Amino acid sequence: MLWVDKYRPKTLDQVIVHQEIAENLKKLVTEQDCPHLLFYGPSGSGKKTLIMALLRQIFGISAEKVKVENRTWKIDAGSRTIDLELTTLSSTNHVELSPSDAGFQDRYIVQEIIKEMAKNRPIDTKGRKGYKVLVLNEVDKLSREAQHSLRRTMEKYSASCRLILCCNSSSKVTEAIRSRCLNVRINAPKEDQIVKVLEFIGKKEGLQLPPGFAARVADKSNRSLRRAILSFETCRVQQYPFSSNQAIPPMDWEEYVSEICSDMMREQSPKRLFQVRGKLYELLINCIPPEIILKKLLSELLKKLDEELKHEVCHWAAYYEHRMRMGQKAIFHLEAFVAKFMSVYKAFLIETFG
Amino acid sequence: MAPLLQSSQPWVEKYRPKQVKDVAHQDEVVRVLTNTLETTNCPHMLFYGPPGTGKTTTALAIAHQLYGPELYKSRVLELNASDDRGINVVRTKIKDFAAVAVGSGQCQGGYPCPPYKIIILDEADSMTEDAQNALRRTMETYSKVTRFFFICNYISRIIEPLASRCAKFRFKPLPEEIMSNRILHICNEEGLTLDTESLSTLSSISQGDLRRAITYLQGAARLFGSSISSKDLISVSGAIPVEVTEAIIAACKSGDFDLANKEVNNVIAEGYPVSQMLAQLFEMVVAVDDISDEQKARICKSLSTADKCLVDGADEYLQLLDVVSNTMRALCNMPQDFSYDV
Repeated sequence: MLWVDKYRPKTLDQVIVHQEIAENLKKLVTEQDCPHLLFYGPSGSGKKTLIMALLRQIFGISAEKVKVENRTWKIDAGSRTIDLELTTLSSTNHVELSPSDAGFQDRYIVQEIIKEMAKNRPIDTKGRKGYKVLVLNEVDKLSREAQHSLRRTMEKYSASCRLILCCNSSSKVTEAIRSRCLNVRINAPKEDQIVKVLEFIGKKEGLQLPPGFAARVADKSNRSLRRAILSFETCRVQQYPFSSNQAIPPMDWEEYVSEICSDMMREQSPKRLFQVRGKLYELLINCIPPEIILKKLLSELLKKLDEELKHEVCHWAAYYEHRMRMGQKAIFHLEAFVAKFMSVYKAFLIETFG
Repeated sequence: MAPLLQSSQPWVEKYRPKQVKDVAHQDEVVRVLTNTLETTNCPHMLFYGPPGTGKTTTALAIAHQLYGPELYKSRVLELNASDDRGINVVRTKIKDFAAVAVGSGQCQGGYPCPPYKIIILDEADSMTEDAQNALRRTMETYSKVTRFFFICNYISRIIEPLASRCAKFRFKPLPEEIMSNRILHICNEEGLTLDTESLSTLSSISQGDLRRAITYLQGAARLFGSSISSKDLISVSGAIPVEVTEAIIAACKSGDFDLANKEVNNVIAEGYPVSQMLAQLFEMVVAVDDISDEQKARICKSLSTADKCLVDGADEYLQLLDVVSNTMRALCNMPQDFSYDV
């Protein structure tokens, strides 16, 4: 089992990083009732962990016995019927799903499937906890119509159902939904907190940590706890006992991006652009999301550029990322950014060195 | 259905005014509607104004006061944006409901019960133009037996022919004083203590929207118990602490791009919503005195562009970085145009 899963806190008491939030959540559910919740924060900050721990706090151990279900739903949409396939993860008291998987048909999931699930009240022998919880992932990727349909569902079935929404950026969730939930911001853990977690894991595994090693892992992790633990484990596999100056291996795609970046700096020509295009394709084929590539590319470029060029390059990065979101094919916009950069950089070089 | 727990009812619903005369601060509409209650004469109505000012409350209250609980179901049709309101619904459901004649006015159980029905179209500005057009004739044909109440935020999205058939009422944002009264009333009922500082914080973060203020109050009460400080309220509302926005502005003033980049990274890692960040930056930039008008104009322009991009779903980090870079160029009087762009 990976350390990331092995040392995931199971209950709200075991949480190391977001203790204050965990305390508040515990207070929230002690009254046997909770409002709708919206968790937001960057990836790797512990949203999902907290949600699972919260479910366990509400429903006890039964919340951990989950089964994966792959079901096809037939939905009657006026003139035609639509088949929708949806994977859900459910226990007796909660259902977890990612409605945005359905793409542009997500509206039907919200209007039909979620409504259907929300209507059915779980039967409880003791008459307590007469509500079920729906966990919706990636609500920020839901279309506008789907979000509009969600808000009435939230009010209408609030007697039998609580929604826990989870997303990366709450800017993309409409105000109407945000105002109906209790918003919980999960910040990325600070570096010293990551160090604390790594030391905890090291102790549990019985490892000798050279001083400053955990701090270096934390520094490389970009404040993502998941990533820190993963690379910590990689280091363990590569070389143990740790030496104090052991290199922390970067992700291979990141190395690849910085390679592209130095290519772009070295030569600005159509030929080079063609080569870069091949490399970008390579990254896309390996399922690296295009906006992540663009962001990484920008941050690598910013390290090397002169002050006056930084403004210009970051403007174009924002510009092409927006275009990429509006358009269909990511590669066009990535390539356009590369071409733009080359042209700007070339002009800069000519101006400076003649 | 099992009995509801008391705490699960949102306070917004619990403390919704039940009578028209209880609606705060909207004097004109209250006067007209009290008149209606006496004479049972009522035109088509169009309520518009910012959210949380009592539009839906007023419409529901007048309907309840006119018909009482018994007749309410058969006499009032309420549709809002989550119901399907395409042109088909207007042609069938609304028209069918509007066409039904009702008995002449007799007082039942102390309610006036005028001889017409009411159709409440909430969030009418999200109806398509076609659907609105289809309503025009319906409104006139059945005006003997049906009154329409349109409720919307933006009157400009209601087509002119509909607007001209209605009596228009603008709902004003609530001033701080009236809002505090209402909040204090709820605090008394729920046994909360709120000092003056947090009261004014609550008024300022909710910006005249009473519903938002009450929602925040309830959220804070659930999380932090019965005594609430202004810091708790800010954390519940999702507002960004002033220090963070100040740090961003300071970084922009310093003219050091890497410092600004670090601040932006920090904002993203802390998980603050960038749309909120833009709104707060905007307020701050407009209010301060040491920035010239031209600089302000430049900054606001970049804020507006970024806001649009965010709505389209663009990446938060890149957009905020772009805004910060633009702001820095404006504040440090660097050239706004790019010199190497061919």
